[in-house]
Amino acid sequence: MSDTDTDAGLSGAPGDLTQELIDTATWTDQQITAAGIPMVDVPIVSVGGGLGSLALVDYLRIAGVPVQDIAVLTPNKRPSETYEFLANNSQIPRHERLRSDSGSVMDNIWGFPSYALREAWNEKGLKNKIFPVWQVTTEPILAEYYTPKSGQVYESVDRETARIGWTQMLRPGQVRMVRRRAGGGFLTILTPPPGSTQTRRVAYRSRFVHLSLGYPGVRFLDDLRSYRERSGDHRRVVNSYEPHPHVYEELARRPCTVVVRGSGIVASRVLQRLLDDNDAGRTQTTVVHLFRNYVNGPQGESITFRRPGTGGFAYQAFNYPKAAWGGQFRNQLLELNGDARSDFIDTTGGTNTAPRKDWRVQLERAGSIGTYQQRVGQVSSVEPTEDGFRVRTEVQDKTGASFSVDADFIIDATGLEASIRSNRVLADLVDVSGAQTNPKGRLETLPTFEVVGTRSEPGRLYASGSSTLGSTYAPVDSFLGLQYSAQQIAFDLGAMGAVPKLGPLRSAKEWFRWMQNRPPS
Amino acid sequence: MTPTLFGRIQTRLFMVFTFGLVWSIVILPVLPRPAGASLGDVAGDVLTALVGVALLGVIWELVYHGFQQIRWEKDWPSLFGLLTGINEGLLLFVVLDMPLSTFLVHFTTTWIVIWLALHGPMRVLFLRWRFRGGRLV
Ligand SMILES: Cc1cc2nc3c(=O)[nH]c(=O)nc-3n(C[C@H](O)[C@H](O)[C@H](O)COP(=O)(O)OP(=O)(O)OC[C@H]3O[C@@H](n4cnc5c(N)ncnc54)[C@H](O)[C@@H]3O)c2cc1C
Repeated sequence: MSDTDTDAGLSGAPGDLTQELIDTATWTDQQITAAGIPMVDVPIVSVGGGLGSLALVDYLRIAGVPVQDIAVLTPNKRPSETYEFLANNSQIPRHERLRSDSGSVMDNIWGFPSYALREAWNEKGLKNKIFPVWQVTTEPILAEYYTPKSGQVYESVDRETARIGWTQMLRPGQVRMVRRRAGGGFLTILTPPPGSTQTRRVAYRSRFVHLSLGYPGVRFLDDLRSYRERSGDHRRVVNSYEPHPHVYEELARRPCTVVVRGSGIVASRVLQRLLDDNDAGRTQTTVVHLFRNYVNGPQGESITFRRPGTGGFAYQAFNYPKAAWGGQFRNQLLELNGDARSDFIDTTGGTNTAPRKDWRVQLERAGSIGTYQQRVGQVSSVEPTEDGFRVRTEVQDKTGASFSVDADFIIDATGLEASIRSNRVLADLVDVSGAQTNPKGRLETLPTFEVVGTRSEPGRLYASGSSTLGSTYAPVDSFLGLQYSAQQIAFDLGAMGAVPKLGPLRSAKEWFRWMQNRPPS
Repeated sequence: MTPTLFGRIQTRLFMVFTFGLVWSIVILPVLPRPAGASLGDVAGDVLTALVGVALLGVIWELVYHGFQQIRWEKDWPSLFGLLTGINEGLLLFVVLDMPLSTFLVHFTTTWIVIWLALHGPMRVLFLRWRFRGGRLV
């Protein structure tokens, strides 16, 4: 995910950025030509090539936009690549179930047939066929929410990318910046893989640009980041989103103590992995789960606005309440501004995990035999132990009393880096092109997902995914949220006459083509 | 689809007079008919039932919306959509003067057809519908 590309040209290589270009907010075509950077014309550019790009491109292709009108600028070959990497690290292998629901169907803009129906269709044996349908029909009243296996998502995404001609739209490389173009639209500077092109950079001249860049990297809790920096020890203190198989391998060799920080969904995954290994007799690990905020009851005063919580965790099925995607919470958020908007997003989202019975039972069982322990408090320091073999966490509880935990490993399951400043394309957009930021410090977007402050008539610049959290839609970083953003963008483009409109008849016709796995017409 | 109040009412009216109406016409000839009743009589009954589902439905939707408010997720699980057929059917039967067998077959099948249509065809035809809480306009 890191961008190793060196800064402003001056590399001596042909067709590089010049200081003049870097210092100019709005570029003319002549400036690009003078720098020797080749220019490629295409009406729509999507930068990222992850699931957010797929959501938009899928929509546009189905609406009737031909492949030659779209360029996807990305280092990745497959849209689920980065997602799969992060999911694997956070202990969601292909056979494990994800968090989102049956209708959050990444490869199908209609949400039908849902993952549950498809699983039922593909499974062998009557019981396996009936169960997903039963589950999705009675969720969450008689059964827990149906959620798809990650493998099903990857396979179906691959099928859809093949269907819509994804590879034909791919332009490999890393985007360095997007700038306004004098005369309208944008110029997007791509750095193709070394040796693949004659020049160091290629400029994409387009009327529309869409950015869905995911997360710039992992983020550590301050005390853990500081420990890693001071000690250089990246082995014992790890982030759940980065590869850390060595931890599980070491645990299989000898009894160890592991501290887990965080109480969101990824913490649940990590706890499950650790305790599954114990349950299977592979390990004898003692897990110390350290909470800063211990949720011990429903959150919220009002009977109409209260989230369940107990035993340390705040529980809701998805990262936001269901109504945030398309129900009354979506409407409510559209009406809010500034801090009220940000607070509403925090209250409905924030740190929470899914109320899965198997997880609860596992934690209770491990708790009763002491292999899973909960501790609460504020960490005051993280240091190596005297013998240098372990890591000591000093904690202060509410009463002011302190205690310490010596552990062989600490797993930080609290988060990914989401600051847009860590992504140079977005930072440049804010610093140079006038993109506005919202109360959460991310990109301020209109309900159409156009980035406020970047208009370059007749062109527009859109963003989706985590970089837009804090604007008018809460669940931006989710399959369904990405599809919602894609839909808003496609309708905005349609309203301008820039792409065909996707009305009921075409939608139905295209749905039949999808069912037959035939390319969009 | 996670409904809003306005979306509920719109979807209700739309479903009854499209999918509901078409289904009623399809099933009309084979509906149980009391001795002596003509096809026209049954057609009249069926139409009254549809109008009843629509009009009483608007009031029901207010009740459901109220109930939805005590759910944290502010959602309306599929199962509720199916089971509310029971209370609605009972009330409707009490209000209408219709032969039981005709009513039962017509109401139950129409309810299920509409419920199924909400989970597939509606999504296919109206792409924005599921993101707008069931609003069509
Ligand atoms: C572990 C994990 C589990 C999740 N589980 C779920 C779930 O169960 N259900 C759900 O709905 N959502 C889930 N999400 C949330 C969401 O669906 C994913 O984060 C999704 O991948 C976001 O898509 P994206 O396009 O924003 O980012 P990505 O899919 O990460 O794609 C962004 C891409 O942009 C590329 N990029 C970045 N900078 C540049 C540049 N300068 N030039 C070119 N390319 C660039 C990156 O290489 C990356 O591949 C999960 C997220 C994570 C991390």
